[in-house]
Amino acid sequence: MKYHTPATFEDAVGIAANATGVTRFLAGGTDVLVQLRADIVTPDDLIDVKHIPGVRDMTQNPDGSWTIGVAVAGAEMTENPALIADWPGVVEGMDLIGSTQVQGRATLTGNLCNGSPAGDAVPGMIAAGASVSVTGPDGSREVAVEDIPTGPGRTSLAKGEMVTAVHLPARGQNGGDAYLRFIPRTEMDIAVVGCAVNLRVDGDTITEARVALGAVAPTARLVEDAATALIGSKLDDAALEALAAAASAACNPIDDKRGTIEFRTHVAGVLAQRAAKIAYARARGEK
Amino acid sequence: MTQVHVTTTVNGDEVEFLADPRETLLDCLRDKVGMTGAKEGCGTGDCGACSVTLDGRLVCSCLVLGVEAEGKDIGTIEGMADGDDLHPLQAKFIEYAALQCGICTPGILVATEALLKKSPDPSEEEVRYWLAGNLCRCTGYDKIIRAVLDTARDLREGV
Repeated sequence: MKYHTPATFEDAVGIAANATGVTRFLAGGTDVLVQLRADIVTPDDLIDVKHIPGVRDMTQNPDGSWTIGVAVAGAEMTENPALIADWPGVVEGMDLIGSTQVQGRATLTGNLCNGSPAGDAVPGMIAAGASVSVTGPDGSREVAVEDIPTGPGRTSLAKGEMVTAVHLPARGQNGGDAYLRFIPRTEMDIAVVGCAVNLRVDGDTITEARVALGAVAPTARLVEDAATALIGSKLDDAALEALAAAASAACNPIDDKRGTIEFRTHVAGVLAQRAAKIAYARARGEK
Repeated sequence: MTQVHVTTTVNGDEVEFLADPRETLLDCLRDKVGMTGAKEGCGTGDCGACSVTLDGRLVCSCLVLGVEAEGKDIGTIEGMADGDDLHPLQAKFIEYAALQCGICTPGILVATEALLKKSPDPSEEEVRYWLAGNLCRCTGYDKIIRAVLDTARDLREGV
């Protein structure tokens, strides 16, 4: 295994594009090192991106949007009050990953590119309308987060392509987001179901919404029908019922000892309702 | 396999070693630097027995490559006591018998020292969540939690 420490994204992409064997990018390493140890993936070229300037930066841009570097650790996000004020749901999703020790290293981008359907940081990013910058041998493009994962452990990134930054839109007025997951324990577990809701209100009425589910399909997914159930409503009982039905209908989960198909499908609806209530309260400025 | 020359700082002292890029920081600390305080429990970031600080941030050294330590500042359990004087957390762990076999203890001490630096007055819930990634199969955790809370109280009151 060759260990590379490129100083620019162009160099990193060049190494990856010209590699003949297995390539991995290394940011926090909380998935890569586990796979390395278990002999699941032994890269021929390991490209450490942490020497590239800016990868540890969290920047609020003049228009209010955020750019999160690919090596920003979860612990750094949870110590950023301005980011939490804008996107509490995104931060709480990231914060649910692993232990304090894992939080010291794990990143949003790593959670996304690992491609697990149960990644806790992914639904929050999708609901927020986040995008990522992707750079490869043929240039750069912006990709919506929901278009990155294509199946368990698989992404739409081509050979030599890498994510170079995560972009969260400007929060704007009267908006709120939230992420909830179900696990059988209280901490240190993988989501059986995860759900993120992001919405905006005008007075009591929801004017915009995005709902994303995790761990109930081969990828985390955006559920447009669930958003439709919320938009125009005051989060009354009928809207909540329609939301739960839409969330459950979007499920295509695995059936295992951690959660049966029936259980995961039901819980997706319950979590969507609960997350919507939290996001609604946050959008209205309630704690 | 090409070895990489790594220069790093461990507990304030400059340290050099040659690392195979596949080797973890934990393996390098134990086998090359000779610091065996950090333990390997699971090797997959679940148990916390290998906890160290990397530029002040609590991490599992089994989830860090040795080559990533280049130019970094690492803190291990060996740097916790001041000569023969135990750190207040270490003394309190003995007083409370907050350990039995001791394999998890270095990781828990490093983790709780990091907690008290960040949060000098933690609630019990905060301590329990902070230590969720430090597994102990002997104590049942209660003595550990009480020792940490009592140490925090002493440190705040300047005892």
